[in-house]
Amino acid sequence: MMGAVDNIGQDQSTLFRGNETELRLKDEKSVRGTPAKSMPAFILGEELADLAESDPRIVVATADLANSSRTRDFANRHPDRFIDFGIAERNMITAAAGMASCGLVPYVATFASFAGILAAEAIKTDCAYPRMKVRVLGHHSGISMGFYGTSHHSTEDIGMMRTIADLTIVCAADANQLRAILRASVDHPGAMYIRLGRGRDAEVYSEVPSDFALGKASTLREGTDLTIIATGSQVHASLAAADRLAGEGITVRVIDMHTIKPLDVDVIRTAARETKAILTVEEHNIIGGLGSAVAEVLVEEARIPFRRHGVMDEFSLIGPPAALYAHYRLDADGVTAVARELLDVRS
Amino acid sequence: MTDKLDDRRNMSQSYLADRAKFVRLETLRLTRIAGAGHYSSTFSCAELLAVLYYAHLRIDPANPQWPDRDRFVLSKGHAAIGLYPVLADLGFYPPSKLDDFTRLGSAFGDHPDMKKIPGIDFSSGSLGHGLSVALGMALAGRVAKRDYRVYCMLGDGELNEGQVWEAAMAAGHYKLQGLVGIVDRNQLSIDGPTEKVMSVEPLEDRFRAFGWEVHRIDGHDLAAVMETFSGLKPAGEGKPQMIIADTIKGKGVKYMELSLDWHVGNLVGADYDDAWSEIEAGLQPRVEENA
Repeated sequence: MMGAVDNIGQDQSTLFRGNETELRLKDEKSVRGTPAKSMPAFILGEELADLAESDPRIVVATADLANSSRTRDFANRHPDRFIDFGIAERNMITAAAGMASCGLVPYVATFASFAGILAAEAIKTDCAYPRMKVRVLGHHSGISMGFYGTSHHSTEDIGMMRTIADLTIVCAADANQLRAILRASVDHPGAMYIRLGRGRDAEVYSEVPSDFALGKASTLREGTDLTIIATGSQVHASLAAADRLAGEGITVRVIDMHTIKPLDVDVIRTAARETKAILTVEEHNIIGGLGSAVAEVLVEEARIPFRRHGVMDEFSLIGPPAALYAHYRLDADGVTAVARELLDVRS
Repeated sequence: MTDKLDDRRNMSQSYLADRAKFVRLETLRLTRIAGAGHYSSTFSCAELLAVLYYAHLRIDPANPQWPDRDRFVLSKGHAAIGLYPVLADLGFYPPSKLDDFTRLGSAFGDHPDMKKIPGIDFSSGSLGHGLSVALGMALAGRVAKRDYRVYCMLGDGELNEGQVWEAAMAAGHYKLQGLVGIVDRNQLSIDGPTEKVMSVEPLEDRFRAFGWEVHRIDGHDLAAVMETFSGLKPAGEGKPQMIIADTIKGKGVKYMELSLDWHVGNLVGADYDDAWSEIEAGLQPRVEENA
C-alpha cells in the first residue's frame, strides 16, 4: 500500500513539475509579460493545505484546473491527498461522494459553470441526498470569465443549487472571507456548494472576519433609507454604491448575504421593518438566485419597495469583465444608479 | 448469522445455489407486496449476489460501518429487491422489516438507500454513477492506507452513460487494483437488446484499453463465478479488475428469460405459481438447457 500511496504523489509530481508544463507556462509568461503569480488573492489551495496539516480527512481534487483554482498549492504540500480527475467533473464529484462515505472530507474545485450545472445531478444525488461531506468549490463564477463566453459564464448556479434540499450554499466576497468559509466548512454537516470569484476580488474584509458564521449574514453598514443585500463579488460594489449615496444624504444598510442557504431570514425581516426599501445585488440571473430567495421572504413577510438586480434573465455578453460589469450595472456606478431608481431619487 | 464474515469463506456450491434461489423467490414475494418490481434484471445477477455476499465480501453485519469492510456499490440500483433479502438473511436487520417494502415511509424502495438501510454502502438509482462512487471509495482506501476492496455491479445498459467511462479512465490511470467492477451482461435494456439500442461491445477490449484486467465468465455458472472472485488479486497497485458476467435477463423463469416484458411487472395467479415452482426447481445445468 505504501508504494501505491507514494505513486499518487509521483503522478502529481510528474504532472505539475513536468518539463512540458513548465515550458508552456514560461512561454505564456514571456508572450504576455504578466507576472507568474497572477492571482495573489486566490488563497484556496494555500488555506486548504493549512487546514489539512492538522486534519488528515481533508483531500482536494480538481478537474484539470489546478492552476486556475490554485489548488496546485495544496498539491505541492500534500501530494498524497490531491487527486486530479482530468476533465471529468461529474466523475470527480461523484467520486468525492464515495471518498466522503469512507470518512474523508473532499474539497473539489472547478469552474462554477461546470461544478454547479454540468455536475448538478452528481451534487444532488451523490452528495446532498446522502448528506456526504463534499465541498464543491465553484470558482470563476458569474460573468468573471468575460470573453471566454457563455459556456464559461455561470449565472444559473445559485438557482440550480437552491432547489437541492440539504445543500448549504455559500458565496465568498473576498479572499479573507473565503478563509473563514473554508475554516467553518470542515466540520459542517452535509454537502456544501461554495461559490467563488475569479481570485482577483477586491478586498471587503481587511482580515479574516472573526465573527463569521455560516447562515448568519454580515451587516457591514447601517442605514435606514435603503438596504442593499448583496452576495459574492457584489458586496464590494454595493459598499461602494452605499458610499456614493451617503454623499447625497441617503443612508444605506449593506448586508453581505454570504450564505444563500440556509438563508438568514431574520436579517431580511429586520431590514424590511427598519429601512424603506430593499435591493438585492448579485452576479447571477435575477431568477432563482439571491434576489428570488429574498423575494420569497418578503412576499410572505412584508410589503416594501423591492427590486432584484442582477443579470436580467439573459445569456450574458462576452467582453472584458470590467466592461461587462459596467454593461450589466454590476459595478459601483451601476448599483448606485439602480438604487436611485428604486428610491426614485434623481442623481 | 451475526459473526464477522471472514474474507474468502469456503461455502459449498450447493449452498450458494440455494441462496441464489432464495434471492429469486424473495424477489417474487416482495414484488407481490409492492405490486411492481424489477424481476428480470434481479434474476440475472442472483448467482453473482449470492457468491459476493455469502462467500466473498469482507463484511460484518453486526458492524455495518466497519471502516475496514469491503464496499459494494449496486450501480444497477433497480436490482435492490434482490439485495434486501440477502442483507436481512446475513443479519443486517430483521427479515420482517422487508414486509414494509415500498410502503409509505418504508426504508425499502425500488432503489437502495444508504441513509435508511444498514449494509447499503451507497445509495443508487440514477444509472452511470456507481463506478465513480466505487472509484472514490477505492481512492479513499489508498489515501487512508486501508486494504479493503470495492466492488461495483453495473448493468450493461448503463454502460451507455459517459460517466462510466470517466470513472473507468480514472481507475486505470490510478491503477486501482482494489476496485473490482462486475458487469451483469444480461443483453437487454428497457427498449430492447443492448446491441440494438446502443451497442456496448466489444466490452473486454474496451475495458482493457482503459487499463483494466478483464475476466469474462458465465454469470450463472456458480463454479466459474466462485473461482473468478477467489482468484482476484488483493488491493494494491496494479490494474483495476473487471468481471464481465454473461447472464440471461429473467434467468430462472422460462417465460421471463430474454423477454422484454418483465423488466418491471407484477405476477398474479397461475403466472406467479409457475414462476415460483420453476425457481424452486433450481437452475438446470447448461448442457440440459441446450438439449
